[in-house]
Amino acid sequence: MAKIKSTGARALLECLRREGVDTIFGYPGGAVIPLYDEIYHCDFLQHILVRHEQGGGHMAEGYAHATGKVGVCIGTSGPGATNLVTPITDAMMDSIPLVAITGQVRTEVIGKDAFQEADITGITMPITKHNWLVKDVNDLPRIMHEAFHIARSGRPGPVLVDVPVDIARALLEYDPDEAQKVNIRSFKSEFKVHPVQIKRAAELIAEAKKPILYIGGGAKAAAAGDEVRELAERIGIPVTTTLHGLGTFPENHELSLGMLGMHGTAYANYAVHNADLLIAVGARFDDRVTGKVSAFAPEAKVIHMDIDPGEINKVRRADVAIVGDCRAALREILTLVEPRNDMDSIMALSEWRHEIGKWKTDFPLEAPTGQDDGQLHSEHVIREIARITDRKVVVTTDVGQHQMWSAQHFGMRSPRQFITSGGLGTMGFGLPAAIGASFGLGPDTDVWCISGDGSFQMCLQELMVARIYNLPVKIAILNNQFLGMVRQWQEMFWQKHYSEVNLEKAPDFVKLADAYDIPGLRCEHPEDVEATVRKAMETPGPVLIDFRVAKETNVYPMIPSGQTIDEMIVRRPDSPAIPMTPPSPAEPLELRLPQPNEVVDVAR
Amino acid sequence: MASATVMAGGLRVQETHTITVLVDNKPGVLARVSGLFARRGYNIESLTVSITEDPEVSRMTIVVGGDSDTLEQITKQLHKLIDVLKVYDYLDTPMLARELALIKVNAEPGQRLELMQLIEIFRGRVIDVADKTYVIEVTGGGDKIDAFEKQMEAFGVRELVRTGRIAMMRGSRTV
Repeated sequence: MAKIKSTGARALLECLRREGVDTIFGYPGGAVIPLYDEIYHCDFLQHILVRHEQGGGHMAEGYAHATGKVGVCIGTSGPGATNLVTPITDAMMDSIPLVAITGQVRTEVIGKDAFQEADITGITMPITKHNWLVKDVNDLPRIMHEAFHIARSGRPGPVLVDVPVDIARALLEYDPDEAQKVNIRSFKSEFKVHPVQIKRAAELIAEAKKPILYIGGGAKAAAAGDEVRELAERIGIPVTTTLHGLGTFPENHELSLGMLGMHGTAYANYAVHNADLLIAVGARFDDRVTGKVSAFAPEAKVIHMDIDPGEINKVRRADVAIVGDCRAALREILTLVEPRNDMDSIMALSEWRHEIGKWKTDFPLEAPTGQDDGQLHSEHVIREIARITDRKVVVTTDVGQHQMWSAQHFGMRSPRQFITSGGLGTMGFGLPAAIGASFGLGPDTDVWCISGDGSFQMCLQELMVARIYNLPVKIAILNNQFLGMVRQWQEMFWQKHYSEVNLEKAPDFVKLADAYDIPGLRCEHPEDVEATVRKAMETPGPVLIDFRVAKETNVYPMIPSGQTIDEMIVRRPDSPAIPMTPPSPAEPLELRLPQPNEVVDVAR
Repeated sequence: MASATVMAGGLRVQETHTITVLVDNKPGVLARVSGLFARRGYNIESLTVSITEDPEVSRMTIVVGGDSDTLEQITKQLHKLIDVLKVYDYLDTPMLARELALIKVNAEPGQRLELMQLIEIFRGRVIDVADKTYVIEVTGGGDKIDAFEKQMEAFGVRELVRTGRIAMMRGSRTV
């Protein structure tokens, strides 16, 4: 194609069009006025005017989470850019493809402490896959396409393009087709899975007597749900997922153990602890999963599949490491793995599942219904929302107790059904993420934002966006009048020193919703949950529900931070429980001296 | 080449590696690399940056310490930086490594002969002469320069500056 003449700003929008972007979340300011002038004339982009750049960043994340596409957000220079730091970090930790576009002061005053100047490329260097300060308008189209390529390729993540205001106004002449041909010689995102490792993995799977599939967000990103299920069913391998893996394997499947880790199910943690083979698919052995690393799955060999070579051997040494797309890796493994046919190994697996079944019976997740104490319990509310909506909704959460209860009790059925801030643990994520997800999914899918009274107040200004676009976002605030998770830790480990966690002084959330012209409901009794949830479902557009739940309840099970399964607190101490008999702890793993030549060269 | 010592009572083997990193010759690359080392807690002993035979490529030589798991991570994390073209760890590879030092020492008339003999032994050069001081240039491996420094202490070292290590593979192979 021939060269075209354009301003920098128009070229930027042309790049968005070519990358298939239809929705962007942003907030204008001095340094991005040239860009907003082009947006004013633009006919292919829906720009959502957010109420705070942080909200815009989380919306772009929610959009990307829900659709798998790249999310795009815009902020002006200085504070507009620094307000994006939290969502960008969140996207980095949770591998969400995000392109953040920021304005910058004129190139000639950069470095002179100009009005609304911030060194955002310097600030975001550790929290992006890559970032650019555009100093020559002729580089802008190439950089924009590189940005999208890097954000979505390999292990997805955030990138940032910083565009000085004079660059946005400058004229350039460029060939848009040429600019789109991305060629970064130093960037490799595709790894062909290694056949030798595949073969070794298949051998380990064939030999294993107590295998567990450990599924993370990488399996979701690679759309490997079907392959996980095929492998699990072909051999009969129980499956546990991380927070971001939830839904990639349906939780109503008989092989599902739910989530593992600090607040995972007791049976998932017992199963992992006693496993002889851990098949990690796109999971990164996060500290909230492993607790004390040396005591995590001490008996297990590890097959680790990940698209990021940096995850291999980062926390736990892999016996078989497969670097590459998880779906491709699983497909290759499936060509070598056959259903078991000899009696001994079939029996071994059947015994293993039986053992796990016993833990499931002995240590089930508990969800008090409130029948005995008349109180509304968060666990019950979440189970009721799941039941009444028939789980045909997408769920976002904020961070804290309500998040863990949602992960434990909702019972996800499909990948990308559960959207949450995992790695960074960002309070304030839930509402904007629900809004972003709703833009991605359209008006026919209800998005339930399960939040807490603390988290909700961190980004509530975005209610306005939900109202303006009449989005089917149903906000369920599990209001216990506490910063619940911190209170729980203070109760359990700090002698009930409830330091600065009391949120009893709070706005009237129903009136607050009303101020935004959003219907607000309040629910205080267990018998009213169903009617309230149904009312929210039947009301078109956004609805806010203030669930007044029991104040001082804790999330169980819990493995205290950095500890081992022996310290797991399975249920409420006052629970009318079966006496707890945890499985005999295995001998602690002996640390092995790694050989110097084990350092593998992953040169690309 | 790696030097290894077992920490007393510890299980981790501490090693020192020399790593060559080829990077795009762009502004900000040094910040990306040094930032990576800082935020992941890697311990840099020295870092040098220079031009190469290709004007678009810069060459960093990094001397870094840690256990083998850390060193494996360093290599992998460096690869993830978009501006990094190549990472080469001289593990088990015959390597030529050199440093340069400039040392300003006291050179009283009565001691100059002895000083000159030592400089001769270490194949150093006097590159500046003043009434009471010499500036000596010496190149070589780190151990040699350490030894030379020690010899100079007797004369009185007024000022000392050393470059970091630069390294290259022996033989016709290149990084």
